[in-house]
Amino acid sequence: MSQLGPKDIITKRIALMFKDGDLVNLGVGIPGLVPKHVPAGVTVWLHAENGIIGSGPPAKPGKEDPFFVDASKLHCTILPGGCTFDTTLSFGIIRGGHLDYTVLGALQVDIEGNLANWMVPGGPLPGMGGAMDLVTGAKKVVVATTHSSKDGSSKIMKRCTFPLTGVKVVDYIVTELALVEITPEGAVLRETGPGVSAEEVVRLTDAPLIVPKSVPQMAL
Amino acid sequence: MSKIKPLEEAIGHVKSGMTLHIGGFYGVGTPDEFIGEIIRHGIKDLTVVTNDSGTPEEGVGRLLYAGCIGKLILSWCGLTPIVPELVQKGKLELELTPQGTLAERIRAAGYGLGGVLTRTGLGTIVEEKGLGTRITVNGTECLYHPPLKADVTLTEAYMADKNGNLIFRRTQNNFNEVMCTAADMVIASVYKPIVEMGELHPDAVNVPGPLVDILVQQKGALS
Repeated sequence: MSQLGPKDIITKRIALMFKDGDLVNLGVGIPGLVPKHVPAGVTVWLHAENGIIGSGPPAKPGKEDPFFVDASKLHCTILPGGCTFDTTLSFGIIRGGHLDYTVLGALQVDIEGNLANWMVPGGPLPGMGGAMDLVTGAKKVVVATTHSSKDGSSKIMKRCTFPLTGVKVVDYIVTELALVEITPEGAVLRETGPGVSAEEVVRLTDAPLIVPKSVPQMAL
Repeated sequence: MSKIKPLEEAIGHVKSGMTLHIGGFYGVGTPDEFIGEIIRHGIKDLTVVTNDSGTPEEGVGRLLYAGCIGKLILSWCGLTPIVPELVQKGKLELELTPQGTLAERIRAAGYGLGGVLTRTGLGTIVEEKGLGTRITVNGTECLYHPPLKADVTLTEAYMADKNGNLIFRRTQNNFNEVMCTAADMVIASVYKPIVEMGELHPDAVNVPGPLVDILVQQKGALS
């Protein structure tokens, strides 16, 4: 196996969660790397908040449609079998339980499943966009994040301190060191990253994790 | 009587102090010529309901930088740094709303419903700031949001016929379709040359003509 970087470990593990035909919304940042790791034979339909199912790769220069952007403002394409629709249907799909997965980045995430990913106190004021609907409505909410911030602090916390995107909404947290499942009993360490021990994950996490007797490494 | 009007006459219906629904997502589906005309007329104190504020050069951002807006109701304003500045100076009232809730508030107004019940935003700033009120319905906790109607909706369509039937292209639709249901007057900026009745396929129409009051043909329309 070739050596995968942290972001590829995270996104490859997430891509392996999907089954053929799943409808998935990907947030900006690390989640954008998920599509390249979806295994052959598995078709994943990408949903975009502004009204797309089946959004494809970016449009080639000179081929951009002025009336077609994805939720990151990139001029995109549409795959055969894809479709477009208005915002009410798009968010009906999200809140109505029709979206199999939403994969989002995090500023902070905690062991109760709370997520803060839209605003740093005192920082710029971007707005929540569709993130609050996504974490409330998707069948599974997966947080894709590096295990630590740039300053070395753990992204997985006992309790988020930034303004929340959703309360008790997260199902899985995937980092380059760990796959953590949020359960009613607490945050369970299900898998460790390649070459990483459970003890190492516990040491690098600023919140208590439940560690089963046997914790396998991610099969990437 | 023809619904097709010149730009200046159409935007003459927009007055200072009004509430406007303006379609668009990152400027796609925003009627740019209407924005320019509002700025040219020096219209002020608008309450603008829209998905996002675009950029200083595109979409609703142009209205912000021209000082036309007194209150902004939207889901995202990350590319217009003037927003926090104006809010801090007390020159702009800002209501950040989750995108899906915003769409449903508009739909409630347009579809004759009493409001929105959603779990989105529970326990977040949406509830803390009093935008949504927590209530329990059949044992489920929800936030209640009132309907959101406008005086005028400004929309952009790809195609239209003389009856006002509108068709959008790709992601030009976004909030446009629902906004056409939720205002006293709907004004559409049409990209392609407006066609005779009967020339649009009835199954392809996104907005029924009777909901649309005024059509403005965009300059440089291609045939």
